[in-house]
Amino acid sequence: MTARAVTEATFEQEVLKNDKAVLVDFWAEWCGPCRAVSPILDQIATEHSEKLDIVKLNVDENPGLAMKYQITAIPAFKVFQAGEVVKTVIGAKPKPALEADLAAYIS
Amino acid sequence: MFTMSWPPEISGCHVIGESTRESALRDIIIIGSGPAGYSAAIYAARAELKPLLIASSVEVGGELMNTTEVENFPGFPEGIMGPDLMAKLQAQAERFGTEVVYDDVVSLELNGPVKRVKLGNGDEHEAATVIYATGSAYRKLGLAEEEVLSGHGLSWCATCDGFFFRQKTIAVVGGGDSAMEEATFLTRFADKVYVIHRRDTLKASKIMQQRAFDNDKIEFIWNAEIAAIHGATAVTGVTLRDTVTGEERGLDLDGLFVAVGNDPRTHLVHGKLDLTPEGTIAVEGRSSRTSVPGVFAAGDVIDPYYRQAITAAGSGAAAALDAEHYLAALGNPAAAEAVLETEFAVVN
Repeated sequence: MTARAVTEATFEQEVLKNDKAVLVDFWAEWCGPCRAVSPILDQIATEHSEKLDIVKLNVDENPGLAMKYQITAIPAFKVFQAGEVVKTVIGAKPKPALEADLAAYIS
Repeated sequence: MFTMSWPPEISGCHVIGESTRESALRDIIIIGSGPAGYSAAIYAARAELKPLLIASSVEVGGELMNTTEVENFPGFPEGIMGPDLMAKLQAQAERFGTEVVYDDVVSLELNGPVKRVKLGNGDEHEAATVIYATGSAYRKLGLAEEEVLSGHGLSWCATCDGFFFRQKTIAVVGGGDSAMEEATFLTRFADKVYVIHRRDTLKASKIMQQRAFDNDKIEFIWNAEIAAIHGATAVTGVTLRDTVTGEERGLDLDGLFVAVGNDPRTHLVHGKLDLTPEGTIAVEGRSSRTSVPGVFAAGDVIDPYYRQAITAAGSGAAAALDAEHYLAALGNPAAAEAVLETEFAVVN
């Protein structure tokens, strides 16, 4: 399952008003580590779809949200629950490390 | 005359025979997916040794994935983007039969005729030879604040994070080519880029120095090191210490980019392979042969001096040729033929 894209137009509905926990992957085309970690996120999305929703936000196309959430490094992953950021993970990591960081939301 | 037999004797429950050799014991496993790893794979694959290349899970392509324009790799007169160069090297390796696995090595058994490589997903692979080409990792400043502020204004990757510092004041620490490249690149976004260097001369190549000197947005701070990074949740500035007088002063910053060098990535082979005083893997003379027979090393992990994409690529090719010779001496038919072809080419 490929994580779906969200934009400034759909962010409120897809992320802030989502009943489930949502991980937002802040990424960009020109970011090598973002592209490297993308398939790992897709795997986690598939394996934990009942617990955690995973979406991607392109920071080039949605600079307002990148600024609002004070993104200064990508890839950055922010987990939202009931509209609030509850967890931030920065940087591409191997799957087991990322799963460990997200343990509270996927297990 | 060959005194050892092919395939090498395997201890334990393995059955040695044509059928299991095909599936279980490989000729070559290459660890690393930078210019050294892929070049070794191109050579080994063309020698029909069907290499398995462990590319890592999130650092596929190595350091060049975090660069922009590569202007000094021969064959690309117009320059090429780092990630595009790595995609081409991978495609060339795969074209001749290299199998690429996207996972991380968690442990290695290198002694004995059969080398075992264990991956993060639990898979274990066995081969008669290993080419170790894991490159190097960014060096940290060694300050306590680094962990907390990493990703919050403190960065090791200008091409990844520079975008977020539009119209900001930032600094690059370092005096080598990568520091100059980062500083020059960051002027696309930032209003002001300081280069903080602990000496009064640069290690960077002349062309990279000149580009930085010519850039109005770049200001050099000589003979200075970072004594502390300020900021509770994001970088707000640094304390600079003069390396000559010891005097300290503050500098307000929105971001700090660290480019103070790299350390060879050897943690998986500590106690298994001999290292040099510089911390690189020790190799015999100009070869890629490590202290353990059948284990070869290539690229930045053996090179404390040059550390270029092209020198790493050359080193990878040498490692594949050394591995071929080793396999040929064991009686491996494909390797023996490849070695004969190389020697024939040299004689004629």
